[in-house]
Amino acid sequence: MLKINNLHASIDEKSILKGLNLEVKAGEVHAIMGPNGAGKSTLANIIAGKEDYEVTDGIIELNGEDISELAPEERAHNGVFLSFQYPVEIPGVSVTNFIKTAINETRKAKGLEDMPAKDMLKMIREKSELLEIDRKFLSRSLNEGFSGGEKKRNEIFQMAMLEPKLAILDETDSGLDIDALRIVANGVNKLKSKDNAVIVITHYQRLLDYIIPDFVHVLYDGKIVKSGDASLALELEAKGYDWIKQELV
Amino acid sequence: MKYTEEDLEQELKTKEYEYGFYTEIESETFAKGLNEDVVRAISLKKNEPKWMTDWRIEAFRVWEKMTEPDWANVNYEKPKFQDIAYYSAPKKKPKLNSLDEVDPELLDTFKRLGISLDEQKKLANVAVDIVMDSVSVATTFKKTLGEKGIIFMPISEAIQEHPELVRKYLGTVVPTTDNFYAALNSAVFSDGSFCYIPKGVRCPMELSTYFRINEGGTGQFERTLVVADKGSYVSYLEGCTAPSRDENQLHAAVVELIAMDDAEIKYSTVQNWYPGDKNGKGGVYNFVTKRGLCETNAKISWTQVETGSAITWKYPSCILKGNNSVGEFYSIAVTNHFQQADTGTKMIHLGKNTRSTIISKGISAGHSQNSYRGLVQINSRAENARNFSQCDSLLMGNACGAHTFPYIEVKNKSAQIEHEATTSKIGEEQLFYCNQRGIDTEKAIALIVNGFSKEVLNKLPMEFAVEAQKLLEISLEGSVG
Repeated sequence: MLKINNLHASIDEKSILKGLNLEVKAGEVHAIMGPNGAGKSTLANIIAGKEDYEVTDGIIELNGEDISELAPEERAHNGVFLSFQYPVEIPGVSVTNFIKTAINETRKAKGLEDMPAKDMLKMIREKSELLEIDRKFLSRSLNEGFSGGEKKRNEIFQMAMLEPKLAILDETDSGLDIDALRIVANGVNKLKSKDNAVIVITHYQRLLDYIIPDFVHVLYDGKIVKSGDASLALELEAKGYDWIKQELV
Repeated sequence: MKYTEEDLEQELKTKEYEYGFYTEIESETFAKGLNEDVVRAISLKKNEPKWMTDWRIEAFRVWEKMTEPDWANVNYEKPKFQDIAYYSAPKKKPKLNSLDEVDPELLDTFKRLGISLDEQKKLANVAVDIVMDSVSVATTFKKTLGEKGIIFMPISEAIQEHPELVRKYLGTVVPTTDNFYAALNSAVFSDGSFCYIPKGVRCPMELSTYFRINEGGTGQFERTLVVADKGSYVSYLEGCTAPSRDENQLHAAVVELIAMDDAEIKYSTVQNWYPGDKNGKGGVYNFVTKRGLCETNAKISWTQVETGSAITWKYPSCILKGNNSVGEFYSIAVTNHFQQADTGTKMIHLGKNTRSTIISKGISAGHSQNSYRGLVQINSRAENARNFSQCDSLLMGNACGAHTFPYIEVKNKSAQIEHEATTSKIGEEQLFYCNQRGIDTEKAIALIVNGFSKEVLNKLPMEFAVEAQKLLEISLEGSVG
């Protein structure tokens, strides 16, 4: 699915990723953990194609195709989805209108007609039930006046609607209370299949109680310095990150 | 593939005027220049009664003594008033019974503008009175309206057929002495529309007029007068597109609305005059005076979508004379490239319990300057007057400007006035968010702009809202990709 090789990237001349390697196969869930400033969000943004970053070296492949020259919307059309840490507000544009536009633009890029309203409605109904989203919520302006939990739930709702191949959840657990966390995690688990993959970026272990990763990676100073299974997350939770820094010295 | 503010600007710059063509229609044009003889000649040409000629002459004499206002936040080379031809009419002015008799070239122009009369007729009950180079050439739906006693015709015809009505109301809301451009318009107005709704009649369809400028170098001076008698209702639509020209074209219209007791007038405009090219060359100068008078319990609602013109100077206003009368102003003004707009409203509260609402949305891109200028005036006898104003500005890129000039004058302590203003910028974060969901930048801008303008777009009649939404997209994107 995703193959990242020797990725180097910088922003404003400041080097952030320094030779990162990562391989994610279909059907897998990977967690990326690490201390603040390690480059976790940078990695998410670079995969999604944010243009503030300069990729100075390395390869990003999605299903065997190099995507590093593609515009963000083209990557989205190829099935990359990023659940934002800080989703932006778009006043006057309803959640429904936004997702409708996103779906139909993606279809257009694939040479398909707009999704019939009937099908769209059915899909919205299913997915909003899955994430326990109130119908009224869908007519509100995108993220405007949303609580932290509503914003994150809305991100996962969009993910459910867009059915991506590769979903990257950037700090999706931040700002969620325990109930919202369970709903969001439950949604992600139900959307998981053998054909898609999920990368969970998180600071804390608690989301991983609900979304069980197949692999856990520690990102530190722009590189993945340690990989393991779900038990690694527990170890990090118990011991913090300092012991990893010690190991590296 | 970095997409910066500069790229955005670059893309916006390359948008060309969609309706930039010029149709050659044989027309009769006066020699350039303006003096009393020219005013008389216009009046004679139109076979006007003496009172009308005298009214024009009086206005001309007032205009001669006036100087052009320069308080607006716009910079431009002042028009050379002696270098403009003040009358232009298609030479062939046939009396038409059906569309078949209309000049095919003219019909073609309409088709290219996407407003073929055929379609218009079928679409949504719209009676269209088309003003082409100052003289109306086709009027439809006259019969249906006639049955209700509604008069809807070119003002030149109304002067002939209903002189008593025109004489009674013309210049009562915007007097000839009101301002420089209103005086000029009063002296030389070529044509326009007249509408009268009798007592208690609800006009069964949206009345619509399309204005075009089609002859290079001719100023266009439209005059519109809408009178809604007691307890009546009318919704009036005005839409403009103009062929692209190199030289600046002056447009100085006057619109007067009179809403008598318990009457309601809804006046909607989509304005898309040629804005000039991406270097700021050419484009229409749009200096318009629009004002409505509300008697007791009357309501006037102005809704405008302004996307065109090089210079816009326009303040649709309401004089809330009667008790319990209501004035509304909903506006979207888009400026791009080197366009300059200074637009807003005046709400003059004279009667008791009068209410007004102002919602203004300004969108600036390129090197344009977009100003909101509004006056809310509560006079001493206007007990319990209320106003709510909201002025929002959206900026794109770093080279444009948005300005807000709210004036509030209150002479009665019982007044309640609220004013809200916001300024925001389409940010890279918003664009990236949309991109990440598969929405390209061009579509994203359209989405954000439409969301920003929604409150006003919702006020437009349905068939106009669609056109307006399209126009917003054309005005700002076109360019991208």
